[in-house]
Amino acid sequence: MAGLMAGFGHYTHAIVRGIPASLAGEALRSSQSEVDIAGARREHDAYVEVLRTRLQLEVVELPADESLPDCVFVEDAAVVCGDTALVTRPGAESRRREKEAMSGALKDLNLNIVEMTDENATLDGGDVLFTGREFFVGLSKRTNQRGAEILADAFKDYAVSTVPVQQGLHLKSFCSMGGPGLIVIGSSEPAQKALKIMQQMSDHRYDKLTVPDDLAANCIYMNLPDKGHVLLHCTAEEFPESTKVFEKLKDYTLIPVSNMEKVKVDGALTCCSLLINKKGNN
Amino acid sequence: MTTESGTDSEAKQPQENKETEKGKAKAAASQQSQAAAEPSSPQNQPEQLPAAVGHSTPARKEQEQQEEDQESHRSSISRLSKSPLRGVKKVKIMQCKVSLLDGSDFTLDVEKRARGQVLFDKVCDHLNLLERDYFGITHKDVENQKNWLDPSKELKKQIRTGPWNFAFNVKFYPPDPSQLTEDITRYYLCLQLRDDVVSGRLPCSFATHTVLGSYAVQSELGDYDPEELGSDYISELRFAPNQTKELEEKVMELHKTYKGMTPAEAEIHFLENAKKLSMYGVDLHHAKDSEGVEIMLGVCASGLLIYRDRLRINRFAWPKILKISYKRNNFYIKIRPGEFEQFESTIGFKLPNHRAAKRLWKVCVEHHTFFRLVSPEAPPKKFLSLGSKFRYSGRTQAQTRRASSQIIRPAPLFERSASKRYNMSLSLDGAPIMENHETLMKDTAADGAAKVIAKGDIITTVTTEKKAEEEKAEQEDTAMDEADTLEPTATTPLRHDTKDTEPPAEMVKHQTNISELKRSFLETGDSTPGLTEWEKRLSSSPAHSPRADEAPMIEPLELQDTKDEPPAGEDTKEEMEPKATEAAGYLVKYVADSIVTDGATSSGPHGISLSTTMDDDVFMDGTLREVEEKTPDSQDEVSERSALKVSPGAVRQEVSQAIIDKKGTLIILKEDRLDTEGSEMSILGEKEEPVVPGEPEAQEKDSLSSSIETETIKEDSAVVIEAQMTVVKTLSPKIDVKADDMTQNKGIDSPKKAMASWISEEVKIEASEVISVSAEEVKEVMKCDSLQQKAEFFTFEEVVQTEQSKSIFTQNSIPESSTTTIAVSTLGWVSSSQKAPADPEQKTVLATETEEGPAESTGPTLQSLENSEVGTKEMPVVHTETKTITYEAAEVDTNGDADPGVLLSAQTITSETTSTTTTTHITKTVKGGVSETRIEKRIVITGDAEIDHDQALAQAIKEAKEQHPDMSVTKVVVHKETEITPEEGEEED
Repeated sequence: MAGLMAGFGHYTHAIVRGIPASLAGEALRSSQSEVDIAGARREHDAYVEVLRTRLQLEVVELPADESLPDCVFVEDAAVVCGDTALVTRPGAESRRREKEAMSGALKDLNLNIVEMTDENATLDGGDVLFTGREFFVGLSKRTNQRGAEILADAFKDYAVSTVPVQQGLHLKSFCSMGGPGLIVIGSSEPAQKALKIMQQMSDHRYDKLTVPDDLAANCIYMNLPDKGHVLLHCTAEEFPESTKVFEKLKDYTLIPVSNMEKVKVDGALTCCSLLINKKGNN
Repeated sequence: MTTESGTDSEAKQPQENKETEKGKAKAAASQQSQAAAEPSSPQNQPEQLPAAVGHSTPARKEQEQQEEDQESHRSSISRLSKSPLRGVKKVKIMQCKVSLLDGSDFTLDVEKRARGQVLFDKVCDHLNLLERDYFGITHKDVENQKNWLDPSKELKKQIRTGPWNFAFNVKFYPPDPSQLTEDITRYYLCLQLRDDVVSGRLPCSFATHTVLGSYAVQSELGDYDPEELGSDYISELRFAPNQTKELEEKVMELHKTYKGMTPAEAEIHFLENAKKLSMYGVDLHHAKDSEGVEIMLGVCASGLLIYRDRLRINRFAWPKILKISYKRNNFYIKIRPGEFEQFESTIGFKLPNHRAAKRLWKVCVEHHTFFRLVSPEAPPKKFLSLGSKFRYSGRTQAQTRRASSQIIRPAPLFERSASKRYNMSLSLDGAPIMENHETLMKDTAADGAAKVIAKGDIITTVTTEKKAEEEKAEQEDTAMDEADTLEPTATTPLRHDTKDTEPPAEMVKHQTNISELKRSFLETGDSTPGLTEWEKRLSSSPAHSPRADEAPMIEPLELQDTKDEPPAGEDTKEEMEPKATEAAGYLVKYVADSIVTDGATSSGPHGISLSTTMDDDVFMDGTLREVEEKTPDSQDEVSERSALKVSPGAVRQEVSQAIIDKKGTLIILKEDRLDTEGSEMSILGEKEEPVVPGEPEAQEKDSLSSSIETETIKEDSAVVIEAQMTVVKTLSPKIDVKADDMTQNKGIDSPKKAMASWISEEVKIEASEVISVSAEEVKEVMKCDSLQQKAEFFTFEEVVQTEQSKSIFTQNSIPESSTTTIAVSTLGWVSSSQKAPADPEQKTVLATETEEGPAESTGPTLQSLENSEVGTKEMPVVHTETKTITYEAAEVDTNGDADPGVLLSAQTITSETTSTTTTTHITKTVKGGVSETRIEKRIVITGDAEIDHDQALAQAIKEAKEQHPDMSVTKVVVHKETEITPEEGEEED
């Protein structure tokens, strides 16, 4: 039956978007760096290929839009849970128009679309951690209380707790889900503090997997038919120590995915796709 | 609707037939449907009033008024005149209408004086429900707020006005409904949840609406059958606050797929989905945080949730909460310090009004007890305790699970009636059901094992959760899912002493608001992953099987609660506490232990103190209940007595009731409205009890004197002071403790605190520092917080002077005297000779009845206090307006008091009655070869203006004389106190 707490990590579709050339020069970033646009595109192609070919997801690829340098980071434009999609109002002014293409794609997937129209609300999907049992919403530079409220309203079944993000761009800049009830967390102090808040706020119990590098804590977990636990994570080249930690996970299909270029514009692994589970719905 | 039996003459007829209540004939057969089965007796003809009629006719009201008067102690004379008529007994029958979960109404008759339990039992019988403990009966008060009926209290006390309409509801939502034993129980739970969903109290997504709706349909209507059901059947049912055609279609789609599913199965599926909803079983209360931000407080099985709009902004699991209390419209929780936090913090919330605060407090008490404890804890002992003694007395979840596992009856056949309510348009106010009440279960003794644990703690304490609870917490900690692991653990109370954590206690408390708390939370250092047993036990997820050879990667995220394990010393402490009340020695010991071993508050780490403050109306509530309600027998006894004697019992009830039900504590003389800080709250009490400033005073004075003179006349008047005496030595030892360490027992200083150590500590938070200071200087008496407002103290001192020497040893350490003011008054008498002349507030001289001659009015007691060598430091902090009237025998000479003499013995005896607490302090001293026995009686009367102080005073004097015929009353001090200080007052309890 529909929606409530469907199996965590089950996905059938992924929405991705191309990298505009403008990303190299105009995409927002927290630190100055040169982006090799070709490298970034190669990375992204590989990423999409993993989703499409290796994991056999139905990938919806939206065309890049040069006027939206950050558009590749589709995660921020919408939050999908069950058969409801909340189209967000990104915190960065320059990204507000990303939702147009996103809305269309989501509608095509027959999801119930909820638009965040409140002018006072901002929310980036990167600040939303869905654990399968509840939401944690990071209050960050990009996401505010009102945005979190609207999210709570859109997903009424779940508790929505707010977590201050003191460092990094998004909540998921230092954490993500690594499995059902497993939170992967960076070891920096802000990350650990955020985790403490999450644990205090939650009625549920989680396990945590601490990785040395905050950025490495952003990984993508899926639970796919025939494949079981799948984890897309950083490469040893980028974060050798953290990679070792992932490699200890048993019964996982571990897929290192390079993210060296996109990370320069604050793009993490989860940022580059919007995962959707449409099985059984509609 | 209200129906009463009887005629006009009934006012004269006593209604107390408690004992025979059960056997009594009930409603007339002609009454109403369901009730018809009950036998009727000519004497008990219920009157039938149209349902629409609210309460009663004016005439009837008058009757009731009279009735009330009977119980009030106001006029002993009239009471006396009525007494002779009490022989005639007639039972009033009230017709009750109870809205059941299926939307139907159940009408039945109960005796007017029946307790809530009677009604509850009848309803459950009607419903054929055995697993009753999850349910309760609600009644809407005048503010249209739902209140849980207290099973142990009389219905009529709980229904002040209006028709006797009730609703049967789920009170405790089982976290795992599949563990319920009977299908019928799940059925009722489903009905409740359906209402919760439709009303919007339980928000859920569209998808969930369809799922829940489809199971509800399957449960209620069975298999999809278009021929039988028709095509539009679905529209007749309600599934969501805003039901759309689309929703109905989806529901129907799903319904079609359930063919063959039994109703019971459908309900299980329904519950499995519903229980996962984040607001399942969350009882919401509107509040504001300390910054005035609108928030919601949600009470649930696992703790207290704080919401702002729909966002959860904080959560306090029960183990994280040390104490809960309320004062006026404020609700406080004291939070266990976090891993790296040194101090406990207290968080205050503003509720819309006092009643709301109390409701919230009660709901918390009940939820905590039900879900966290193995067995309910007994209400605080009778000894000087302040604040509400309300406790949940029903079975806990653990107990009810055990009990229901014994259910052997075949599954009852029951009809799943068409849920009418869903056809009607309901008022969809999301109003949460508030306030739980205790359910007095028949088999409280069921859990002998668990009980043992509980027994001891009862008393003092700040109501620590008992060990049972701790172990449970323990268990929880180890278990993956708190909710699911709440298995009864009572039988073997094992304790974990392994973890420590609590930083040595410094009682510096922080008043924080949520955001602050959050901040502090953030500031806590990095937690190294808690490596304990947890470490070894990796995630339950198959994916994370631990490997010995590798460093642990996946660590269970420790919940905060887990970390705060009771320190080893904890247990000791808890055990000691009970003893404390018995012997000073123990107390001291206990204190020492606690200081050493746990930095926590006087309540155990896992304990939650439930407290109210003295100025609370609830103040004497507990005491009363103990006397009249705790044991049904005693209750009967009381009423019996009252019948004979002008009904002290009735008085008590009345008083207690008044106290309980009225907001403000009403002080006759003064209002405490001065409370500057409590800006937001208008206390109902104020309105209810108009007090004319000034006038009352004079009046009181007069009446006081007259009462003294005429005391003999009033012999038969209510006996205010009970004979029961318990030795209480708590005070001084604890006080000492404070001196050493501010920590835990701050509550001790103030009378209230002294009386009930469990009184909220948080209140004292701010005052605490002050206290500590004084503690050092003052030997035994810490009266820093005279925060108790509205308290009125009557101090009687009887001094027998075996010789002429007047040396009187004044011991300030009398527990109850904790208030500064009180202590002062005591002292005042000692050094009366030095009294400063006129204090503006000083009363005129009043002659005491003692043969010693004209009384001399003592000066302001404070003055004398300064002179006395015992000199206690006064706490600047407390801004209490006090009035002290001292009636002192002229002959008493306290001049020589510089020399206190040698103390031979000192003992303190405390007894409590309804609204009064009497402490008798006996000291024997030898000074200059002369031995003197001095008895000081301190009577603390708290409560509203309805208390007849004069009578109480007269009574006390009389009794004192009777008890000690060979002694003379040398001084009477009437002390009235009203709190002025807003802030401190608030802080302190």
